[in-house]
Amino acid sequence: MLYDIFVDPFVQMYQMPDFFLQVLWEGFVAGILYALIALGFVLIFKASGVFNFAQGIMVVFAGLTLVGLHENGVPAFVALGLTIVVMGVLAYGIERVVMRPLVNQPDIILLMATIGLTYFLIGFGEFIFGGEPKRMIAEELWLPTGSTAFEFGERGLVILQHIDIAAAVIAIIMVAALGIFFNKTRIGRALRAVADDHQAALSVGISLNQIWAIVWFAAGLVALATGIMWGARSDVSFALEIVAFKALPVLILGGFTSIPGAIIGGLIIGFGEKIGELYWGGLVGGGIESWLAYIIALIFLLFRPQGLFGEKIIERV
Amino acid sequence: MKHLKTLALGTAVALGVSLGGVTPQVAQAEDANYVPLLTYRTGPFAGSGIHIANGMADYLHMLNERDGGIGGVKLAIEECETGYNAQKGVECYEATKGKNALVYNPYSTGITLQLIPKASVDKIPVLSMGYGLSAAADGNTFPWVFNVPDTYWDGASVVIKYIGQQEGGLENLKGKKIGYIFLDAGYGREPIPLLEQLAEKHGFELLKYAVPGKEMQNQSSQWLNVRRDRPDYMIMWGWGAMNPTAIKEAVKIRYPMDKFIGVWWSAGEDDAAAGGAQAKGYKALNFSGVGMDFPALQDIKKLVVDAGKSPTDVESMGGTLYNRGVLNSVIIAEGIRAAQEKTGKKVITGEDMRIGLESLNLDEARLAEIGLAGFAHPMKVTCEDHSGSHPVFIQEWDGEKFVKVTDWIEPMTDTVRPLLEAAAKEYAEKNAPWPERTEPCAN
Amino acid sequence: MFYREAGQFKTSYQSDQAMFPILQDRIGMAVILAVAFIVVPLTANDFFLTSIMIPFLVFSLAAIGLNVLTGFCGQLSLGTGAFMGVGAYAAYKLTTIFPDVNVVLFVLISGFFSAGIGAIFGLPSLRIKGLYLAVTTLAAQFFLEWCFIRIPWLYNDNASGAIEVPKREMFGVIVSGAEATPLARYFVVLGITVFIAFLIANVLRGRIGRSWMMIRDMDIAAELMGIRPLQTKLMAFAVSSYICGVAGAMMVFFWLNAAEPSSYSINLSFQILFMVILGGLGSLSGAFLGAAFIWILPVMLKFIPSAIGLEIGAETVEHLTFMVVGGLIIFFLIVEPHGFARLWQIAKQKLRVWPFPY
Repeated sequence: MLYDIFVDPFVQMYQMPDFFLQVLWEGFVAGILYALIALGFVLIFKASGVFNFAQGIMVVFAGLTLVGLHENGVPAFVALGLTIVVMGVLAYGIERVVMRPLVNQPDIILLMATIGLTYFLIGFGEFIFGGEPKRMIAEELWLPTGSTAFEFGERGLVILQHIDIAAAVIAIIMVAALGIFFNKTRIGRALRAVADDHQAALSVGISLNQIWAIVWFAAGLVALATGIMWGARSDVSFALEIVAFKALPVLILGGFTSIPGAIIGGLIIGFGEKIGELYWGGLVGGGIESWLAYIIALIFLLFRPQGLFGEKIIERV
Repeated sequence: MKHLKTLALGTAVALGVSLGGVTPQVAQAEDANYVPLLTYRTGPFAGSGIHIANGMADYLHMLNERDGGIGGVKLAIEECETGYNAQKGVECYEATKGKNALVYNPYSTGITLQLIPKASVDKIPVLSMGYGLSAAADGNTFPWVFNVPDTYWDGASVVIKYIGQQEGGLENLKGKKIGYIFLDAGYGREPIPLLEQLAEKHGFELLKYAVPGKEMQNQSSQWLNVRRDRPDYMIMWGWGAMNPTAIKEAVKIRYPMDKFIGVWWSAGEDDAAAGGAQAKGYKALNFSGVGMDFPALQDIKKLVVDAGKSPTDVESMGGTLYNRGVLNSVIIAEGIRAAQEKTGKKVITGEDMRIGLESLNLDEARLAEIGLAGFAHPMKVTCEDHSGSHPVFIQEWDGEKFVKVTDWIEPMTDTVRPLLEAAAKEYAEKNAPWPERTEPCAN
Repeated sequence: MFYREAGQFKTSYQSDQAMFPILQDRIGMAVILAVAFIVVPLTANDFFLTSIMIPFLVFSLAAIGLNVLTGFCGQLSLGTGAFMGVGAYAAYKLTTIFPDVNVVLFVLISGFFSAGIGAIFGLPSLRIKGLYLAVTTLAAQFFLEWCFIRIPWLYNDNASGAIEVPKREMFGVIVSGAEATPLARYFVVLGITVFIAFLIANVLRGRIGRSWMMIRDMDIAAELMGIRPLQTKLMAFAVSSYICGVAGAMMVFFWLNAAEPSSYSINLSFQILFMVILGGLGSLSGAFLGAAFIWILPVMLKFIPSAIGLEIGAETVEHLTFMVVGGLIIFFLIVEPHGFARLWQIAKQKLRVWPFPY
């Protein structure tokens, strides 16, 4: 028993290095995708303190809009443009209808509102696009779909999917772009001001409503990118929405307000999950992936409640 | 104050809505046979469920249009959305059973399991066509449950038999590794006892890969495990979004597709198409005809679909799952007809329906008569054997459509049947006191 | 005018501390109980009992359970579904091991298992709170769900992986299993729900309930005033999980008859959370109102279109249900974040001053 836990997995890693590499790669890709979802959460949390549960469904919704438009004969890139417009309208609508009337409500009410939003979008999305899974139009968007295999040694084989590489590249570009946006542009600075202190920001003439609409729009764009990437790996369907729960432990690790934290948290969860599942999962019957991330986050929380990059929580009476 | 008014208005609307419908309208015409269809066009399993639902509804509607129902009595058809959710399924059941429902097709092993104990109490048979509890094929223990034409155990034994054929005899399975990837729910777990028994008997190693329902679209770990274990064959028991994802992942790890065999529920065209060109060679079990070359299907197209009376997409007609839905309704319709003959009544009840299903005899002549010659293997239900027919064939994905590649393969009845009876006995013991069969044999 | 406390004098501490110090409340409660115990059984049909009343009562109890934790003690939990599952599986195991013991007793005992597990997952609440705590309860949810699937002992190695409720009698009446009449099940569910609701109402107005509320309102201040956070929070987790466990056991024994692990999924947790929020955090009557709203509305939505002669597909109804429920949640959060319970208070105030508005 002890051997199975402490020795055998490492022996396996040593004996099948190609497989270990493949596991690491899969963990990396999963991590990037989790990070992309978490990124959407962070954006909104940073600017408005709302924990946006609807990010998962926004991913699905964005993907569905894109594919649905294409199915109705709209060329792929036009569809992409239109989807961006739709996400903008959605962002504005959410800000107008949901967030603005709920200013200053306690966190839990805002959280519930986003869950209500999730329900609404599920119904709305299925109503318009139907419930069946749809194939992502990866090729039409000039995303690579092939794979490259590196063979070495006797049976060594590592397969890299091009789409996964593209996902990683896009994630990095996105983080970089967001970083520049936050630090170098006027709106980005305004965003950070709002994040630091709503009232102070208001008093220097920053429009909260405008900022929130922008933030939701940015989150919508992140959702679109995530939807394309996830959709290309597996189809676009409402089952994807559940993946969004995985963003929670990612956020716990990275801190709710840190963009690099979301990426690093995502990678930790991605690697941890895959390695745990493939080398230790078998001992308890497999499938531990469904909760391992949360347990990692839970243990982590006990030692560092504010996350890796989160701001230190100071409480006063 | 304005605030309050909106609020009051909202509450009033909500309350009015709630009260307005407290008693569901029992809008049941006296002179119709009422068939509730428990379907799901929403949720993660909608991808498969929509085709089934369309097939089921269209055939029954076609009978209404073409023949004015069955035996001169119209069919009252009502769909109830379950979303593959057992709770909602039971709710649908409770809401519709009072309208003299004839038979239930839950299309979910989970819902079937919930309805099985209720069937004998409410006197409404459950028809779980090719799913549900395998042990229910034992009519002596489960007089109210029918799983024509096949149980999962039949299916699993056919797969093993087919693999044996490929390897040149079942004895060559010794030392082989066979992987089993399944949806981790009642559905996917159902064949495991049989597969384990066969593994012991024929000396192959059974490797199990469970896919949890909520991680259906994220199967990379399972397939990495497959890559490590390198099983000689893969068997899949998948449904909904699990199928296309699994086929994609199999392509991704370059698993030889001709050694990957799915159950009849993993046989959708959409599922295989998701794998792209490399999915060519993927195999799946089937027991219903593929294609549109059947007069009955042409009638459906002409009278129902083209007439705009159905949400069905013409493209999807003739697909594996659509036709499966049609076959389900054929069994219902033939059951009603048999019941009408046996009892002499035109408008029948659930009890009559049970008799009808138990004396179902869908032979080749009858299939030809209803315009479905060769659509399915002839089925004959007996009081002992509630799964009727058994043979299954295997179809292969050629990159564009499924092609039948084997003849009808008989399952290993000699292994399956004793196991079925033992399982039925065990079920009755676990759920003691399980009611004894009191219904007389109709044949 | 209609709801006037004036003139009702309390002459002893006892009467001042009574559960219902006001005459109108006593009458109201008596009427509600009379309706529940007498009018409903006499008039309702089977569909109303099995598809509306029984689930409504089960969910009300679960909502009370979550309300204890979230509404009164301020700890957000997303693991309600799993804690209900623990109760269900515990009751199932107990009744299959000891088939002769009264099943209602086991339903009540099963809550203790759930309480134990709830307390374990409540441990991190000492260090973390808010959304972070929600993640630990999510861990509980997913871990327990996994256990329900992967530990065959829990469901007696059934090939189906589901638990199926056997037939059980109480005082010669069949109360569980497929043969139990809706009426018998209704009475058992009603009895348990009312009993626990009164028990909790009493706990809440006593020392324990007050200490929970202190923790909720300001935990550091409460600690400085001598409330022990560890014991108090764990107690809240345990009591809450106990109630949820009983509700979960009732759900499978007296309503569904069989349950798969997916019956106790995260969606159930959300459903209960909706009930608590819409009903009103920190209100027992709110739990009932919220449960009624969230459960009955979708059931009704299914029937309205056909009742008014609209022909729309079953799937469209389902989509509309999602949209309407989601929309209403947002609507109510915006116009009345304190839930239905607050509406009830406003109504009482209106009745008090009627016909003069001020």
